[in-house]
Amino acid sequence: MRSSLQVDEHGRLRHLLTTEGLSREVLTRILDTAESFIGVGERAVKKVPLLRGKTIVNLFFEPSTRTRTTFELAAKRLSADLLNINIAASSASKGETLLDTLRNLEAMHCDMFVVRHPDSGAAHFIAQHAAPHVSVLNAGDGRHAHPTQGLLDMFTIRRQRGDFTRLKVAIVGDILHSRVARSQIHALTTLGVPDVRVVAPRTLIPAQAETLGVHVYHDMTAGLRDVDVVMMLRLQKERMQGGLLPSEHEYYRFYGLTHEKLAVARPDALVMHPGPLNRGVEIASDVADGASSLILQQVSYGIAVRMAVMSLTLGSHASTQSAGSH
Amino acid sequence: MSTFDIDVILAQMADALRQALTRDGRDRPLMVGIRTGGVWVAERLHALLGLAEPLGELSINFYRDDFTRIGLHPRVQASSLPIHVDDRDILLVDDVLQTGRTIRAALNEIFDYGRPASVTLAVLVDRGGHELPIRADVVGTAVSLGPDQQIKLTGPEPLTLESFSAREPGH
Repeated sequence: MRSSLQVDEHGRLRHLLTTEGLSREVLTRILDTAESFIGVGERAVKKVPLLRGKTIVNLFFEPSTRTRTTFELAAKRLSADLLNINIAASSASKGETLLDTLRNLEAMHCDMFVVRHPDSGAAHFIAQHAAPHVSVLNAGDGRHAHPTQGLLDMFTIRRQRGDFTRLKVAIVGDILHSRVARSQIHALTTLGVPDVRVVAPRTLIPAQAETLGVHVYHDMTAGLRDVDVVMMLRLQKERMQGGLLPSEHEYYRFYGLTHEKLAVARPDALVMHPGPLNRGVEIASDVADGASSLILQQVSYGIAVRMAVMSLTLGSHASTQSAGSH
Repeated sequence: MSTFDIDVILAQMADALRQALTRDGRDRPLMVGIRTGGVWVAERLHALLGLAEPLGELSINFYRDDFTRIGLHPRVQASSLPIHVDDRDILLVDDVLQTGRTIRAALNEIFDYGRPASVTLAVLVDRGGHELPIRADVVGTAVSLGPDQQIKLTGPEPLTLESFSAREPGH
């Protein structure tokens, strides 16, 4: 169901809502396309004319700096016009507000909505109701999915390791509330990573997490042993109030990534984090800034991956798929 | 089907290029091939001219004028140009010149890397059917093809140029 909303009958990516259900071919196509955009940011003119004349709307119902900015840079490097719309979500009349907003923006002839929303399923809802010429990219919906983050993490791993099929990857932190973790897990398993682990206290792991194809650990030493990649998640501070965790200090003691805990991983293990960092809560400063950390590379790669997703989805509206002329 | 003697054509192109570059005082050209066929031709010319600097490779996928009609090319590759094209004499090489749209896209992309001093265009085949005011400075061979006829370069090894009727079996 979901993949048919995302991928049309010709296998073209129409919307990007979740990494769940996307084939290895589609994921690889996105990563390959992103690879070709890497050089654009290093040229005299950091722009290609591919999406000239297209209008992209960043529709953010939840605050974000990094994600919004990298989507904005991606759109601009593709020569698209971009609008930023920040809407504080009103809990009362959400459905109606969302549709009304959508209709208004469509009347302005926008071609793409990049949607962030606190409710799971919001991007799906918009994609279902959007006009046929419009593509929707999910920039994070509730606890559900954050597919471009998951994809940029895959891109980062592939650039460092080349091959997914021999890796051990650990995702550490608040799995329960994390849309990033869900997008990472679906992408990693589809790309053929044989050993995907989640490491967290019992209160922060969803029930039946094993059904996602992951191994569950509650202990960092066991969970990080011999892994090639450690993907840390941000600990949302508001979780402390919910009684899920005793204190930040105690969380750091058991689950914060330090050089000491990292020592059981492979010596060349990569450390990743989607940001923003809580230094001294989920990760030690010297690890975040250390030689194995790819955290800032992830941000740069995020632009190329978003350029790839934007051009593939908007390119899917093409009328034919024949080769061009000399 | 007819096959061309590509080694003879390339040798003639190299001679013509050498003369044109000398005449214009462009003694240190930066050669750039357009993927995929243009790169194969450029590799041969690069060797024949004995150029010292590495060959640049241009992928024009992000500069095509038919994105809204055909979408993103299924196999996109990054361009690799030396970062500094400023004030350089560019020698742009492609396999087949037809509409001129590829060359337009290539020129646009080159100018996003910087401001070259000049661009000289060399093509292996000019098959007519121009739709833009773009002509090559050096042409390997000019052919006029009937409506059913096609011309195709295959490579990189062996590099062969064939013209055939679209109705022939096997094509």
